[in-house]
Amino acid sequence: MRVGASTGPLARLPAGRHLGAMRAALFVTCLGDQFFAEACADAVRLLRHLGVEVDFPEAQSCCGQPAYNSGHAAEAERMARRTVEVFRESDYVVVPSGSCAGMLRSGYPRILEDEGEGPAALAKKTFELSEFIVDVLGVRDLGRGLEGRTVAYHHGCHALRELGVRDQPVTLLREAGAEVVVWEAAEECCGFGGLFSVKQPEVSVAMADRKLDTLPAVDCVTSADGGCLMQLAGRAENRAIGGPFRHLAHLLWEATGAGA
Amino acid sequence: MQARSRDYRIRAREILSGAPEVRDAVTRATRTFDTHRVGAFEQIDAERWRAWAEAVKSHLLMNLDDYLVEAEARLQENGAVVHWAERSSDVHEILGRIVEAEGVERVVKGKSMLSEELGVNDFLESGNVRVSETDLGEYVIQLLGEPPSHIVGPAIHRSVDDIRRLFHEELGTSLDADPDTLASAARDALRADFLAADMGITGGNFLVAETGTLALIENEGNIRISTSAPRIHVALVGIEKLLPRLSDLAGFLQLTSRAATGQPVGNFVSLIHGPRRGDEVDGPEQVHVILVDNGRTELLADEHAWEALRCVRCGACLNICPVFRQTGGHPYGWAYSGPIGSVLAPGLLGLEASDPLPFASSLCGACSEVCPVRIPIHELLLTWRERMVRNGSAGPFEKTAMRAFRALSARPGLFARAGRALGVVPDGLARRLPVLGAWSAVRAPLRPSPKSFRALWREGIE
Repeated sequence: MRVGASTGPLARLPAGRHLGAMRAALFVTCLGDQFFAEACADAVRLLRHLGVEVDFPEAQSCCGQPAYNSGHAAEAERMARRTVEVFRESDYVVVPSGSCAGMLRSGYPRILEDEGEGPAALAKKTFELSEFIVDVLGVRDLGRGLEGRTVAYHHGCHALRELGVRDQPVTLLREAGAEVVVWEAAEECCGFGGLFSVKQPEVSVAMADRKLDTLPAVDCVTSADGGCLMQLAGRAENRAIGGPFRHLAHLLWEATGAGA
Repeated sequence: MQARSRDYRIRAREILSGAPEVRDAVTRATRTFDTHRVGAFEQIDAERWRAWAEAVKSHLLMNLDDYLVEAEARLQENGAVVHWAERSSDVHEILGRIVEAEGVERVVKGKSMLSEELGVNDFLESGNVRVSETDLGEYVIQLLGEPPSHIVGPAIHRSVDDIRRLFHEELGTSLDADPDTLASAARDALRADFLAADMGITGGNFLVAETGTLALIENEGNIRISTSAPRIHVALVGIEKLLPRLSDLAGFLQLTSRAATGQPVGNFVSLIHGPRRGDEVDGPEQVHVILVDNGRTELLADEHAWEALRCVRCGACLNICPVFRQTGGHPYGWAYSGPIGSVLAPGLLGLEASDPLPFASSLCGACSEVCPVRIPIHELLLTWRERMVRNGSAGPFEKTAMRAFRALSARPGLFARAGRALGVVPDGLARRLPVLGAWSAVRAPLRPSPKSFRALWREGIE
């Protein structure tokens, strides 16, 4: 479907723009670029399908979260400043990762306190993909492309707690016909935590095991975060169990039925 | 107490591989605690309570000097003896003096994490004083010769079967005794200790400056007896445990109980105002309150880290913490474990002694969400990480890697090629490299996409 004027998101659009000209920059993130390239391509297809003009500023690189979270503040600051510049002219920044979106939205205003309006402006226009679709575009019904599929949804910690993204991805999956199963550990951390996964690998995979051991039988496991999926999929493959694990962007594009 | 925090990873690994039943016991117990907390928070306007409690504790800490002096004056008016202790050695000296002057031979104790922090049991036992822990969980771990694994539930890492076997050997109960029978056996054994004790030692949940009221929350009644049966009561109170007014107490007693165990309030609350008065039939002849600093004023002066001192020791952050749930508290190597332990340790023990505790977290942020006094725990973890890195915590490899990463990220072309290079590292080599090796040892190797997104974009996405 295309966004119509009746779906109600008009008030959120920048002044002087009409829907047909809605533009968003995609911030694919390091993991998106290298490990979830096809999912990010599906995000592009999905956004275009919804009438959004997608831009990919090629000067983008890493948001700096790995440095920030491991205590390397000076390195993180420079990467943050750079990202603010790269997206300065964008109307919206859509991120197929709750974690990196969280870094732009909560992390940057903290680490770039003295940088003027830039970080706050970026924070305001940055959205995780499913959040952008539901809260900004006002779309809940993408199509019925997931009819009959059972899906387990892993809530990444930063999407859940930094961005407050809980219902948006689940709503989109359900509206598309998927059965999102009850998963006791759905909101628990998968144990990835960036460098935590390699600094404390034993505890990290014990956390992944808790997720995997409570995982109901499903057609697929999905999440808005590639890092979590790498952790869960990597551990599941090591134990020869579970899966498949697919990025949310894939499923949302499939939901439209447009790619079939 | 000698902190053993530096061995965190080794001890976590030992538990996960050598004693997997600990993970099951801790996960089960903490999930139960947390379920109860959620229920208890739903019954109140939890966000308003938390905001209020945060404001009261912050106000207290910002005016701590005045409130301490006020508390001392009220305590003395109530007939208590007030001692000031800057370090654990001062606490030992004060206790030693009381023990000697009063001829103390036997001590009963209520659960006190501060006494763990200060190494009180070891000190007393080294002077041939017999010390009996009277909290059931503390009693269990004292028999086992282990430190507590959790602030509220010291023996949560042990299963009922462990305790059946222990009590069978120590107390002669049967190997299939039910939990009530086990508790009765402990009660019988402890009754003799209570009656023989010269001195009771407790901590203190709160100390009201306005009235000199010492407040203790418990569920078993052992603190009530420890503070009333022996002729001397000594309370160890961290200076951050004060509350300004008596009217603050009702809210804090309830909020702490709800956060800790999900109870509206603990089964017993003791409010102590000093020794037995002339017309009273029981109670101690002497009450001593030792106000303990042990690094707290230094932490309070730290404008980026002081908020950890709002902590009321409810354990809610341990219960929700997915890292803590895997191992319990022992790998943290210190009295306070879990998320709050990892932000108190660097402040109270120093950067070097507490490395790597602030890194023993995935930064999921669940701790900050449940904290009843709204300590931004995961942000404080970041603060300590930064300081540890500045202090040389990161190895040369990590430092170089971070600098290279930052430099690469300023050159998207190179950044993309470096990313591609990851994909062609053979599995065998990947296992031997830093970072990649730690990843692949316990997980399937990383599998980059056949083409990067950048490449797909250039080719054109249809």
